[in-house]
Amino acid sequence: MENFIVIYQALPFLLQGIITTLGLVLSALFLGFIIGVPLSVGQVFGSSWTKKFIGIYIWFFRGLPILVLLFLFYYGLFNMIGLNLSAFVAAVLVLGLRSSAYQAQIFRGSIQSLGQGQLLAAQSLGMSTGKAIWNIILPQALRLSIPGWSNEYPAMLTESAVTYAIGVMEVLTRGNFIASRTYKPMPIYLTCAIIFLILSYSGMKILHILEEKVRIPGFEE
Amino acid sequence: MKGPEGMNQKKELILRIKDIHKSFGGKEVLKGISFDVYKGETKVIIGPSGMGKSTLLRCINQLTFPDQGTIWLRDQEVTHHNLREINLFRQKIGMVFQDFNLFDHLDAVRNVEIALIKVKGMKKEEAREKAMHELKKVGLGKQASLYPAQLSGGQKQRVSIARALAMDPEVMLFDEPTSALDPELIGEVLGVMQKLAREGMTMVVITHEMGFARSVADEIIFLEKGKLLESGPPEILFYQPKYERTRRFLFKLTELYGDLNGKK
Amino acid sequence: MINLDFFLEILFPSLLEGLIMTMQLICWSIPIGLVMGVIIAIGRVYGNVLVSFFSKAYIIFFRGTPLLILLFILYYGFPSIGIYLSPFVAAVIGFVLCSSSYHAEYIRGAIQSVRSGQVLAAQALGMSKLSAVFNIVLPQALRRAIPGCSNEIIYLIKYSSLAFMVTCIELTGAGKIVASRYFTYTEVFLVIGAIYLIIVSLATKLLNILEERASFPGWENRK
Repeated sequence: MENFIVIYQALPFLLQGIITTLGLVLSALFLGFIIGVPLSVGQVFGSSWTKKFIGIYIWFFRGLPILVLLFLFYYGLFNMIGLNLSAFVAAVLVLGLRSSAYQAQIFRGSIQSLGQGQLLAAQSLGMSTGKAIWNIILPQALRLSIPGWSNEYPAMLTESAVTYAIGVMEVLTRGNFIASRTYKPMPIYLTCAIIFLILSYSGMKILHILEEKVRIPGFEE
Repeated sequence: MKGPEGMNQKKELILRIKDIHKSFGGKEVLKGISFDVYKGETKVIIGPSGMGKSTLLRCINQLTFPDQGTIWLRDQEVTHHNLREINLFRQKIGMVFQDFNLFDHLDAVRNVEIALIKVKGMKKEEAREKAMHELKKVGLGKQASLYPAQLSGGQKQRVSIARALAMDPEVMLFDEPTSALDPELIGEVLGVMQKLAREGMTMVVITHEMGFARSVADEIIFLEKGKLLESGPPEILFYQPKYERTRRFLFKLTELYGDLNGKK
Repeated sequence: MINLDFFLEILFPSLLEGLIMTMQLICWSIPIGLVMGVIIAIGRVYGNVLVSFFSKAYIIFFRGTPLLILLFILYYGFPSIGIYLSPFVAAVIGFVLCSSSYHAEYIRGAIQSVRSGQVLAAQALGMSKLSAVFNIVLPQALRRAIPGCSNEIIYLIKYSSLAFMVTCIELTGAGKIVASRYFTYTEVFLVIGAIYLIIVSLATKLLNILEERASFPGWENRK
C-alpha cells in the first residue's frame, strides 16, 4: 500500500520526464535522419575519399559506447571548442550523431538493394545523377528502409536513459531523484520501466500504422 | 493379427491398412481406405490432386494421426501407440518426400548417417560405412561430401532415398518423388526406384508417372474424393477400367505425362 | 600539466585496471547470456502455453526496459527486498537478462525459419521431436542467428560501460575518475574511445570468422 502512495505521489514528476525523453528521442532521430541520408548517398555514390571518410565516421560512432560518447562530447570536446551547451542539447547532438551512423547503414543497404537498373533508367531519360538520386533512388530507398528504421525508435528510447549520466532530466533521472529521496527504489524504478515499455510499445504501434500508410502495392520484393 | 483370409502361402503381409478416416477442418479427405501390401510388392496410388493421397501415406507412418482406422506393420498394430513406440515403427517405414527435405546443414553422407547414429545408436565409423554403401547404391558415391544446395534435384532425391534405405526399412513410402523435378532429372530417380522394385523392396508409391506405374506396379490404386474407387493390376486398370471416371483420369494423365509405355 | 607523465604514470595504470574489469564483465556475460537466450528461445517456440507465455513476457520486458533501469533495480532496488548484490554481480546479471532477451528473439526467428519439412523428415526416420530439435533444427537455427547474435554481443561489449553507473569501476569508470580529478576529459575519453574501438573491431573480426566457419553451402538463401 505504502508503495502505491509513493508511486502515486511521484507520478506527476515522472510523467514530466516523458516530455524530455520523447523530445530527446524524436530530436535525435530527426537529426540522425538529416545527417544519415547524405552520408548513405555519399557512401554509395561518392568518391573513394568521401567513402573512406564516411566509413571512419560510422566506425567511430558505432564503435564507442554511448556513455563514453556523452562524456567525451559533453565534458570534453564541446567545452574545448567553447560551446557551452545544456545537457539536453548536448544529449540530442550526441545521440543524433550516433544515430546518423546507424541510419546511414540502413539507408545504404536499401540503396544498394535497388541495384543499378533504376539509376541507369533515370540517366537514360536525361536526368543528372543528382536528380536521379533525389527523384528516383531516394524515394524508393527510404520506403525500403522503413522496417529497419522502425527499430531505431525503441533502440534510441532505451538508450536515451543513459543521458542520466550527464543529468538530462528524463524519466530515469527523475526516478533516481525520487528513489534516493523516498528510500523506495523498487516501486519507483519499476514504474520507470513500465513507462519505457509503454512508450516503446505505443511508438511501435504508431510506426506500424505509418508503415501501412506509405506502402506501395507489390513494392516489397 | 494374422494375414487375410484366403491368403496364398507365398504371400507375406507387410502392411495392412484398414478403414482409415481423416478430416481437416471439417473436410473429410479420407473416407475409409483399406488395402494390404505384401512383401516385395509395389503399390502405386494415383488420383486427382488434393490432400488425400499424401495424407494417406503420412497416416501410414503416423506423421499424421488418422481419426479412425487401424494400420498394421506385419502383425503389430502401428496406430494407437505412444510416441516412443511410433518412433520404432517409423524406423521400419522409410519415407521419401516430394520436396526431398534433406537436412540443409549436413552434406550428403551425413544426411544418410545421422539417423543411424542418433536413432539406431550405431557407431560413427559403422554408420559412415553403411551410408557410403547406400549412396553408392543410388549412384552418388562421388557426391558424398556435397551439401544439398550443391546437388541437383535428382541427386537430392536419390540422397533422400539412400537416407531412407539406410534404416533397412520393411517398406518404402514415396510421396510424389518426381513431382518437384525438372523433366530431364525424373529418369534417374525412377531408375533407382525401378531397381529397388526389382530387388524385391516393398513399396507404396504416389506418382503421376504412368510409364513407371505400368512397368513396375503390381497393383494400382485409384483414389478419388477420399475413397478407393478401384484397384487392380496395371493391365486391367489401364485397359479395362470399371469406371468411366478412372478411364478419363488416366486419359488425362497420359496426355500430360506421356503414354503408358513410358514414352514422352 | 598534460604531458607524457600524466599518460604513463596516472592514466594508463588506472585504465588497465578498468580494462581488466571490463574484460571480466564481458567474459561472464556473453556466454551466460547466449545460453539463456537459447533456453528462452526454445521455451518460446516449443514450450507449453505457460512456458511460452513467460518466455515471451521475459523477452518483451527485458528488451523494452532500458538496461540502466535494470541495473538500478538490481543494485539499488534489491537491497530493499533483502538481496544484496556486489556491483560486479549486479552488472553481470543485468547484462545477462538484457542480452539473453535479444539473443532469444534472434534465435526464435531463426528456429521458425527452419522449414517444417526438416522436422517431418527427421520424424519419418524415427527421431523423437526432442532429438529432431537438437540434431536438425538447432544446428541450422543457431547458424542462422549468428549475425543477429554477433550484433548483440558487440552491443553488450559497449554496454558494459554502464556497469560504472552501479559503481563497478570498469574502463569508462576508471577514466571518468581520472578525468574529473585532473579535468582532462577530452584526452582521457579519446584514449578510452580508441580502446573500445580496438576491442569492438577485434570482436567483429572474430565473429565474422566464426560466421564464415559455421556457414554451409546454400544456407544463406534458404527460404
